[in-house]
Amino acid sequence: MSSFAKFGNELYTGKRSYNFVGAKKIWFLVAAAAVALSILIPVVKGGFNLGIEFRGGSEFTVSNVKTTEASVGEKAVHDVVPGSVPRVANVAGTTMRIQTDKLSDDETLKIKEGLTKAYGVTDNEVTSTFVGPTWGADVTKQALIGLVVFVALATVLMALYFRTWKMSLSAIAGMLVTMFITAGVYALSDFEVTPSAIIGFLTVLSYSLYDTVVVFDKIRENTADIDSSTRRTFGEEVNLAVNQTLVRSINTMMVAILPVGAILFIGAGLLGAGTLRDLSLALFVGILIGTAATIFIAAPMYAWLRQGEAPLVKQAQRVKQRRGDAAAKAAAAEPAKA
Amino acid sequence: MARTGRNKPSLRVLVWLGVILAAMTAVLAGGTMSGVASWSPKLALDLEGGTQMILAPKVEGGSDINEEQLNQAVAIIRQRVDGSGVAEAEISTQSGRNVVVSLPGTPSTETRALIQASADMNFRPVLVTGAGAAVPAAERTPAAQLPKPTAKPANASDSNWITADVQKQFEALDCDNPAQDKQERSDPAKPLVTCEPATDQTPAIKYILGPVEVKGVEIQGSTFQLQQGAQGAVTNEWAVNIQFNAEGTAKFKTVTERLNQFYVAAGGETGSDPKSQFAIVLDNQVISAPRSQAVITDGRPQITGGFTEQSAKALSDQLRFGALPISFDIQSEQQISATLGGEQLRMGLLAGLIGLLLVVVYSLFQYRALGFVTIASLVVAGALTYLAIAILGWTENYRLSLAGVAGIIVSIGQTADSFIVYFERIRDELREGRGLVSAVENGWKRAKRTVLASKAVNLLAALVLYFVAVGNVRGFAFTLGLTAIADLIVVFMFTHPTLQQLARTRFFGEGHKFSGLDPERLGAVPLYRGAGRLRSPEDKPSVVRAKNTGAAAEAERRMTIAERRRAEQQEQLAGSSKGPAKEGK
Repeated sequence: MSSFAKFGNELYTGKRSYNFVGAKKIWFLVAAAAVALSILIPVVKGGFNLGIEFRGGSEFTVSNVKTTEASVGEKAVHDVVPGSVPRVANVAGTTMRIQTDKLSDDETLKIKEGLTKAYGVTDNEVTSTFVGPTWGADVTKQALIGLVVFVALATVLMALYFRTWKMSLSAIAGMLVTMFITAGVYALSDFEVTPSAIIGFLTVLSYSLYDTVVVFDKIRENTADIDSSTRRTFGEEVNLAVNQTLVRSINTMMVAILPVGAILFIGAGLLGAGTLRDLSLALFVGILIGTAATIFIAAPMYAWLRQGEAPLVKQAQRVKQRRGDAAAKAAAAEPAKA
Repeated sequence: MARTGRNKPSLRVLVWLGVILAAMTAVLAGGTMSGVASWSPKLALDLEGGTQMILAPKVEGGSDINEEQLNQAVAIIRQRVDGSGVAEAEISTQSGRNVVVSLPGTPSTETRALIQASADMNFRPVLVTGAGAAVPAAERTPAAQLPKPTAKPANASDSNWITADVQKQFEALDCDNPAQDKQERSDPAKPLVTCEPATDQTPAIKYILGPVEVKGVEIQGSTFQLQQGAQGAVTNEWAVNIQFNAEGTAKFKTVTERLNQFYVAAGGETGSDPKSQFAIVLDNQVISAPRSQAVITDGRPQITGGFTEQSAKALSDQLRFGALPISFDIQSEQQISATLGGEQLRMGLLAGLIGLLLVVVYSLFQYRALGFVTIASLVVAGALTYLAIAILGWTENYRLSLAGVAGIIVSIGQTADSFIVYFERIRDELREGRGLVSAVENGWKRAKRTVLASKAVNLLAALVLYFVAVGNVRGFAFTLGLTAIADLIVVFMFTHPTLQQLARTRFFGEGHKFSGLDPERLGAVPLYRGAGRLRSPEDKPSVVRAKNTGAAAEAERRMTIAERRRAEQQEQLAGSSKGPAKEGK
């Protein structure tokens, strides 16, 4: 801890400093490339790996199976619907998942019986899900509405809280970058997109904004009397604020990601696919990216948006002049002493 | 434990929090003891096992469904599910578009069909009525005497509709045992044998009805009111009014002209020819069979006789359902075994515990003894959330779903977040060279705004998610919002007052190296860097603070003055001339 506290101290006093704001061009380029890739990947791959909720169809989950063989399940489905191509998978431990095309009520009941016998389980260890073909469109529509409403309300909230649209815009930009890259990671890794994943995804947006609010609060505090200060330029103050909150950002990210990681590994390892796993996967990815986006995108963007303002340009000149004076003084004092 | 007098305001806040917790516990305990509540939260179907169906109502003709229609849809399904004898079914609307039906166990094919079907309302003339019970086998009409229609029926009221089969069906029907008559959809062109179920006032009646004459869709509206007497004065009798559309009006006129002849022929009010009756059939059950006492030419019949306000409203509602043939598409259906649900809950709780443990370890590692404040705060937040969920389960029938459990687990991190923001602020203040008491006050002032703003973002997200949520993940949004509120209460009413108290203890106040607030470790520098040198450990503000006995704000002010004096002294001792201008005299 000692070294971490020291790390925090040095960041706080400015003794140690990472140039987040100064190197903004690099971050913006990296982010732009990542966003472009995130849009390209799903296009090239032909979309996301959509869950059954979007595709429509029937799904059975059998727990505590005696055998994890896929052929047993396939046979049980073929016995009822000869022509179908079921997807049978051992999702975790002794849990099997069988997905088929849309089935009629009768077929569903029969296959359920068949699976009960085939896997040697009791009636109440088989769970069946049926999703109609229009449900996915509905889910997608709702998720998009949620997204738009949330972004609009959050923009207003940010603008009211920070009283400057430039902060609001920067925060939203950071959030959008998070959103695109998280979606890109999903497309790239072939994680299944389910309604739970989408909810996790929307929650990530809130996390990203939350993180930005905390950092921006510090920025605002540091730059409150920028006009009368000649110690640092606006950009440098923003950078200092990011550095000063870096330990907080890391700690916050850690405590947010630890419980999510716990669900993810228990959810994925022991239960297979399900609400818990899908939610936590989106959160896990999104929290990491969201924290980075605040530091590398939102804060530098804010500094960049404001650096051209006339009073800040004048202030930067004053800082430069003072530094020049100080340097000249030091230079003049040096030979006198010698 | 307090070394320097008590900080009364912060103690008072802690007491208030205790009062809130005690009150919530008392409410729940009261509910539990009177048997209406339970100590454990109610579980949703995905944890308890059962079936959840999400249905999209569809109005015939394809028009969009409005809120009133959706509520009617819920009422229709509720009536059917209750009627089919499924206990503990829950029917609700979702996002203003869908109907969610949750049933324990697995519904039979019949129940599913029943839920999905659209309401089917028709008006049929009555041919024969009889007592509800089945005719004993011995007394049934012998085969030879069964009616043999002699001609094609001339109109819907013609007795030639009654064939041998119809007669046999009629005699065998047992209306006292309602489970028997669950037939769906009848052929509108054929006669129908059916029941009017028994009510509190009337016994069950069975009917042979003629073919459909007016359809439910031809009803334009229905109201109920206190009947007006001959002089226009309001009487105590309730009446149900129907209003037909143009087509319905014309048909109804023809029908009542015929039915009224039977009524008059049978001797008016004293008569009892069943053929003067007109049955309103909903989903193949007669809901009312009024006598046609007059020819209705304007399409605005009024049904009277023995209504209470309640029964008049019920009939009027049913008539409106009939005017609105809503059918349902199953959007998604999930049958979850109790085994799987139980296992998921166990794993979810296990994941939560592990996550909690990791957070505890991490915060102890990062914040040493201060980590215990985090743990205690999490415990209080947990207690608040648990009580709220259990109470909501009782009062609002809120059920905890797996997604809800996920929301709670995720919130562990977000709750711990606010403490980190606060603690880091305190550390910042310590680094600036403040004493702990003032660092806590100043840090709080700044952290408070940040915590409020960031929680507002959380709440906003939870609200948006809740209102647009799809499927069963609404529970996630709900617990996320609930825990955000619990978090705010805890930060304001527990964490901050506790720190105010702890700041006065020797352990924290003197910055013990395990306190997590050790100024030396935090690289504290004196407030007056202008003095040009670091303050030695003996000069730490905690020594000065010993004089403090007043409230926090006062303490802060006093200390600043004390510090300033000390700094001045130091400067004089050091003989420095570079002090800040404001201190130069």
